[in-house]
Amino acid sequence: MTTRERAHAIARRGTVLSGVMLVALILVYVRALMFTPIERFQGPAQKIFYVHAPAAWSALLAFAITGILSILYLWLRDHRMDLAASASAEVGVAFSVVMLTTGPIWGKPIWGTWWTWDARLTSTLFIFLLFVGYLVMRGAVADPDTRARYSAVLGIMGLVLVPFIHATVFLFRTLHPDPILMKPDKPSLPGDMLVTLLFSFGVFTLLYVGFVTQRYALALLEDLRDEEAANRAVS
Amino acid sequence: MREALKAAGAIALKDLAVEWRTKTALVSSLAFAVLVLAILFFARDPTAIGVVDVAPGALWVTFTFAAMIGLNRAFLMERENRALDGILLAPVPSSAVFLGKVAANLVFVTTVEAVSLPLFVLFYDVPLWPRLPALALVIAMATFAFVVVGTLLSSMVVQTRFAELMLPLLLLPFLVPPVVGAVQITARLLAGRPLSEGEGWLRLLLAFDIVYFGLATLLFDDTIDK
Repeated sequence: MTTRERAHAIARRGTVLSGVMLVALILVYVRALMFTPIERFQGPAQKIFYVHAPAAWSALLAFAITGILSILYLWLRDHRMDLAASASAEVGVAFSVVMLTTGPIWGKPIWGTWWTWDARLTSTLFIFLLFVGYLVMRGAVADPDTRARYSAVLGIMGLVLVPFIHATVFLFRTLHPDPILMKPDKPSLPGDMLVTLLFSFGVFTLLYVGFVTQRYALALLEDLRDEEAANRAVS
Repeated sequence: MREALKAAGAIALKDLAVEWRTKTALVSSLAFAVLVLAILFFARDPTAIGVVDVAPGALWVTFTFAAMIGLNRAFLMERENRALDGILLAPVPSSAVFLGKVAANLVFVTTVEAVSLPLFVLFYDVPLWPRLPALALVIAMATFAFVVVGTLLSSMVVQTRFAELMLPLLLLPFLVPPVVGAVQITARLLAGRPLSEGEGWLRLLLAFDIVYFGLATLLFDDTIDK
């Protein structure tokens, strides 16, 4: 099988998985809105939780995988690791946007404010910005090998930064207690809600896998195109 | 080990000699620092917010912004005529090059800070002198943190398009822990409270310094084209 055929095969698998999961996402909405009881204290606003928490999970999973693939790239020097790391970062940024927009929509009625400098909100915001920088930098380096090394360095630096940012916000808050004491953690959920949530977590995780697979296949094809263009220029 | 340190020293001295002859980066960083200090003084409602309340933040915003202007310089000047290739041809480990660059940047940023600190006292009229030893410790720890990360990032950034734009974008997320910590301790010191109140922050700064110094020294090898 040629590289092109392999890339197309990967892309097809990614498209099928993403397609199935997008249908499953509709089922998540239907189940969350119609077949899951309304939460007693938060009312209908709590429904956004079934999208928000899984999106946050997928985003953080994406960034963690980018960091791990960065370490693997510097170790094994396999170009595919770099392509997969960048695919994961891109999908992570997309999920972060879902997380950072659904969060405030829920926060306004429940916390009474769109935004609060809570530990989780702040750390996810800075990690999101860090990965936006990661993608911008990738666009600014022309040579694929240099781009891969720089991205890997930044990916590892970013992975290490996460606990530091978390500690920073934690120290900041313990010294200046926030008037809004309600934490984003949920108590143990009743059965129906838990099933909806776990269903949604599963869908978002597989949606992440589907998107990354597609994006990775696209990166392989982009690589191939650049290679062919270079060969044509030589001959 | 001694050879490597000697090489690092030579690189640092070379960088500082070049800077001393032109003084372009030094003068622009200093002028920039004064401008930021002056602008931040007016960026508040004087009837509602006392100058002591904004002083710690103003000091650290000035330090980081002024440092950022100077940090790109270390590798930008090696880009001309591919001078870095010449340095890398020398039989020294690449970590020695990194240490040399970090040392030169530390001297550069410390000079900018040493000049802008008295100006800060002058402009903001804060009781800083009795707390100087404690403050110097905090400044040293936070400066080390952002010089280490900044030097590593600038070695990559100068090879990209829009180099000047890229450094702040990549560096600022990394400055959150050291700068927030430094501002918190500075605020307590200026309010006349003991250094021990900022113990948690000092630990965070120390951990950041150690972890990122080790990581950056390891990773530097992958940021240079061989």
